[in-house]
Amino acid sequence: MATVKYTKDHEWIRIEGDVAVVGITDYAQTQLGDVVYVELPALGRRVEQGKEAAVVESVKAASEVYAPISGEVLAVNDALSGEPGKVNADPMGDGWFLKLRIADAKQLDGLMDEAAYNAFVEGLH
Amino acid sequence: MSEWSKALSGFARDAAAEATISGNRGLRLEDPLLFEQDEPGRCGVDLPEPPAMDRLGALRREGPIGLPGLSEPQVVRHYMRASQKNYGIDMGLYPLGSCTMKHNPRLNEKLARLPGFADIHPLQPQSTVTGALELIDTLARWLKELTGMPAVAMSPAAGAHGELCGMMCIRAAIEARGERRQRVLVPESAHGTNPATAAACGYAVDPIPADARGRVDLAALKAKLGADVAAIMLTNPNTCGLFEDEILAIAEAVHAAGAFFYCDGANFNALVGRVRPGDLGIDCMHLNLHKTFSTPHGGGGPGSGPVVLAASLAPFAPLPWLLHDSAGLRLVEQAAGPAAQTIGRIKGFHGQMGMFVRALAYIMSHGSDGLRQLSGDAVLNANYLLARLGDLLTASYPGPCMHEVLFDDRFLRDSGGVTTLDFAKALVDEGFHPMTMYFPLVVHGALLMEPTESESKASLDRFIEVVRGLAEHARSGAAAAFHAAPRFTPRRRLDETAAARKPVLRWRKPAVTTREAAE
Amino acid sequence: MRYLPLTDNDRRAMLGAIGADSVEALFRDVPRSVWRDRPLDLPRALGEIEVERALSRLAAKNLPLSSVPSFLGCGVYRHHVPAAVDHLIQRGEFLTSYTPYQPEVSQGTLQSMFEFQTQVALITAMDVANASMYDGATACAEAVMMANRVTRRKQAILAGDLHPHYRETTATYARFGDFTVVERPANPTAEDDLAALVDSETASVVVQNPGAFGHVRDLSALAEACHRAGALLIVVVTEAVSLGLVKPPGEMGADIVAAEGQSLGNAPSFGGPHLGLFAAREKFVRQMPGRLVGETVDAEGRRGYVLTLSTREQHIRREKATSNICTNSGLCALAFTIHLALLGEAGFTRLAALNHARAVALADRLSALPGVRVLTDRFFNELTIRLPRPAAAVVEMLAARGFLAGVPASRLWPERRDLADLLILAATELTTEEDIAALAAALGAVLQ
Repeated sequence: MATVKYTKDHEWIRIEGDVAVVGITDYAQTQLGDVVYVELPALGRRVEQGKEAAVVESVKAASEVYAPISGEVLAVNDALSGEPGKVNADPMGDGWFLKLRIADAKQLDGLMDEAAYNAFVEGLH
Repeated sequence: MSEWSKALSGFARDAAAEATISGNRGLRLEDPLLFEQDEPGRCGVDLPEPPAMDRLGALRREGPIGLPGLSEPQVVRHYMRASQKNYGIDMGLYPLGSCTMKHNPRLNEKLARLPGFADIHPLQPQSTVTGALELIDTLARWLKELTGMPAVAMSPAAGAHGELCGMMCIRAAIEARGERRQRVLVPESAHGTNPATAAACGYAVDPIPADARGRVDLAALKAKLGADVAAIMLTNPNTCGLFEDEILAIAEAVHAAGAFFYCDGANFNALVGRVRPGDLGIDCMHLNLHKTFSTPHGGGGPGSGPVVLAASLAPFAPLPWLLHDSAGLRLVEQAAGPAAQTIGRIKGFHGQMGMFVRALAYIMSHGSDGLRQLSGDAVLNANYLLARLGDLLTASYPGPCMHEVLFDDRFLRDSGGVTTLDFAKALVDEGFHPMTMYFPLVVHGALLMEPTESESKASLDRFIEVVRGLAEHARSGAAAAFHAAPRFTPRRRLDETAAARKPVLRWRKPAVTTREAAE
Repeated sequence: MRYLPLTDNDRRAMLGAIGADSVEALFRDVPRSVWRDRPLDLPRALGEIEVERALSRLAAKNLPLSSVPSFLGCGVYRHHVPAAVDHLIQRGEFLTSYTPYQPEVSQGTLQSMFEFQTQVALITAMDVANASMYDGATACAEAVMMANRVTRRKQAILAGDLHPHYRETTATYARFGDFTVVERPANPTAEDDLAALVDSETASVVVQNPGAFGHVRDLSALAEACHRAGALLIVVVTEAVSLGLVKPPGEMGADIVAAEGQSLGNAPSFGGPHLGLFAAREKFVRQMPGRLVGETVDAEGRRGYVLTLSTREQHIRREKATSNICTNSGLCALAFTIHLALLGEAGFTRLAALNHARAVALADRLSALPGVRVLTDRFFNELTIRLPRPAAAVVEMLAARGFLAGVPASRLWPERRDLADLLILAATELTTEEDIAALAAALGAVLQ
């Protein structure tokens, strides 16, 4: 069963072997409103933990999406260019952003599990 | 459910009651786009037939351009109908914070159109345009006197352009000292053009927080100052409508660190004729002639953004310079002599002459006494709004405010989902242009109101009555009505999500279907 | 004071509601050391009569273009603006409205700008245009910066016959924006081989067509050279009317067009306010600066317009914006779009043909003068002649005889002694045969 972890910037990361799938959480998409455009990185690019990996835009805002861990971009969700609304409709599934080859699995230790993330979001109000 | 479909579900379907055969509703007249009224060969301008002449050969344009042909009466109707769908200050209060939507006197339009101003070319021999040079010089002297600064760059085309000019001069001055500084400090409440300008000048932007009183946190500012800070960009009064009362200490700290003090002059309407920014220790400041000095906003522009400069920055002012010499006024268009250290040109030609004429006419109409009265009335009007609305709406900071007053959306907390946006749209139905929304970013759901001195007390009282009524309505469980607003405008809420997801940025001829082609 | 509605009674009542003693009390946050008790030592208020008298006196000291034969061009052109244009733009709903951030009460502005964007895209033969920039020179600088973003390179090559104000403005932006420009020297008699200069460092090549000396060129080969090297071709057009007759940049491979729109709808006005036109290929739209109007529907399904793709702009993206531009040239763009609506296809092409015909007549007349050589073989409405002596002095002599004979090259290229005998002249639909004959006679007389 795949492990899902979360960051304080509301990204999720699902581990499938040595590949990680990254997206933004339901809380993030609610805050953003209707997503109109997603700027995804080039294949093969190396992203660093905590640095910008993608940009997600709504009508009135643009937010950086930070890489939860370092790694090489293996795939990006091309479907988002025609249907950015998938990020709102299914943020944890069809609305995924990119897949990374995990560089250092130890970086996952610092991330929150689902319970910790939910508590974190509660505390934001 | 997308935001758009949620919004749609809130609208009462009264289409049947309002249906007409034509789609017009009384005086509210619809019109197709120009391109949908095309008749090939039709023209609204009569021009003589040119002789057949072709020295262009293969470089001649072949094929149709695609421009529609209409007659003059059709074009006039098209734009008359379009104009009826617009709101302007000529029609009513436009309380947009930091925009200074004041009355645009028609005398200024008349004078700007005198052939001696409108029909002159920037590259005519200077001896044939001495009046134009004198006008620019006269305006420049007024601006220097009003701000208490020794020099002014007249050419920037708008406020943001003036900011760029000022920051370029600052960077040039620092480089001339043999230094390199990387950071610019910008308050979190700053207008977006400030950080955008700093970045365009090669600087990293470092934000300064506001304190609990809505002013720049002086301690935080001092902590951020250092040998690598080039400048601070400050708006005074700030975008919360408050005078930065520690400004003298700020200027001192900034200068002690070897940095420059850029002042965003968008809010000069609160101070004109009463306080000179030069006395506050600033090094440069842009003025918005289209705000403080009444040149019309024209649906988005043109503006004019002259920049007043301290002696330390004057040598770097952009070209052209206007100098007095033994022969009179002279435009200096090269980086030589006194202008040897100029940053160079930042636009074509000499500046927004048409706006100079308007602004000077406005300034002369007011004079020093009128300008002083103007800023007093502007500040009085804003404080009156605060006094008469502060019990129902939530003012972000205690008064007195300057020329604008900031509220936030705490008063809408128990409204069952009425947001600042919904409140603004309801105000539109009441016949007012909304105040500035969601700016500055330092409070939640900001509502920034700037009435200006052009509003009578009666006008303000009407506005106050409506705002109070809406605030009470919002708290009485009428969220659905607010979500449905505006109902009485030429168009109701528009789907901005679709516009951004699938941008359609020009008209295109609809494709002919196979069936149509066959007929 | 006629613009200030508050009476003393009003002020008293309002201060009472506020609970303040005086207006001065509201300024209590201003440090006392800078507070001024009295008005500044400047002239006091004047009524309309006096203001009009004072400014009319200043206007009378200037020589309007229409009062004498005028042949000035170089980025600002004398054209006829139909009377309807100025009346329509002075409607208060257009003149006194703000940026259309509240689309429900700004459909007049938004629809007109949508039509403007369409017209600009059509005449330049490009995919998409924005809702205007300040002027052609800043549009040129912004185009170069956009090419830097698109290519992720930092060098622009500027053609030698790019208008010096455009070149200088771009160079200023380059110095402070930390990118570089290669400024090719102006050469009015030989074409520069720009394609040979393009390499993997080049973000863009900027050419003006017609060039500053009037030359009209085919840019297709240069466009191909740019694209092979991964660079963009930016084409500058200073005379918008030329697009009615000359092959447009979009048909020659341009990636971005930065142009000046003053020729349509807008008076020369001593150089401002003018109108920057900006158009590009569809694939680059998210890197474009400036406002963009898009089509959409409202809650009742009716077609309407909104500002869109706003996340590029400063009010959202702040330091990561594509540009710091906020205010544009809205009313000038409205004047342009109304003028072009009146002209339409037939009128615009006829206007361009007229301009070209007048310039041909001018060229033929001047080339017949002894000592005068026309240097521009293929031109639209602007051309360069070589005189047997410095052009600036000749222009002054002709001014004394009641002619605005054109722009001496030394005004724009003062550092180039070798260009001092060149004079650049423009002819438009307002240039009459009498004007041309009179100029030829006067010039002939002055050169003797």
